[in-house]
Amino acid sequence: MPVNVMIPTPLRPFVGKKSVIELKAASVGEALRALTTEFADLRKHLYTDDGKIRSFVNVYVNDEDIRYLEKENTPLKDGDTVSIVPSIAGGR
Amino acid sequence: METIAVPENFVREIRAHGAETYPHECCGAILGTDAENSREVRALHKLVNRRDDSPRNRFSVTSDDVRDADRAARKSGLEVIGWYHSHPDHPALPSEFDREHAWPWYSYIIVSVMNGTAGTMLSWRLTDDRLRFEPEKISPEPIAEPESQTDSSNLNTTSSGGSK
Repeated sequence: MPVNVMIPTPLRPFVGKKSVIELKAASVGEALRALTTEFADLRKHLYTDDGKIRSFVNVYVNDEDIRYLEKENTPLKDGDTVSIVPSIAGGR
Repeated sequence: METIAVPENFVREIRAHGAETYPHECCGAILGTDAENSREVRALHKLVNRRDDSPRNRFSVTSDDVRDADRAARKSGLEVIGWYHSHPDHPALPSEFDREHAWPWYSYIIVSVMNGTAGTMLSWRLTDDRLRFEPEKISPEPIAEPESQTDSSNLNTTSSGGSK
């Protein structure tokens, strides 16, 4: 089922400078896998080397944070919007 | 080397924020414009450091803060082009922790705050392969404050290290 994945500005150079990618996926995990399969350079920014979503990568379905839904198993339906939202951290 | 134009009033504002929150790290969003070979700071969006457990050497900005900053930017016809934070009693060099948590494309401005006085300010961008930060030229070059001269002598602007 087609869903829209919103790409944050710092990741747009890795998806042909697009801000939205439409793809077919039944869950958030499927959507992210489809995205990183099509745009392989994106993978290292979303996933750690052992395949987990990086801690500072946040994913929303419509306006809900997937941490409060079913995480990567959160189901998607036609027309849903999946947003990748950075969180920012650092320090000396 | 990439360049970011930072008008002097924003240099002063970032330094003041770093001095105000000392000995804790300050942080904020950098709003501005980005075009081919031209990036300019047009506004700052101060944020609260969410790291209650170790605010002296860490900062954290939640995804809700990021969305707020994005909304503030769009309202002004700008975009979030980067983030600033302070390094209390430490040079303005990105640490390994900074690198692990950074995003490409954004400008990361770091201000060193020594004994409560903000001094050296440097800007950095993560390389696309995530392996290191590259220095980004700040234009015009921030005027060094007297307190910053001692720590700037130890800076290696090509380093990606700096963690304690």
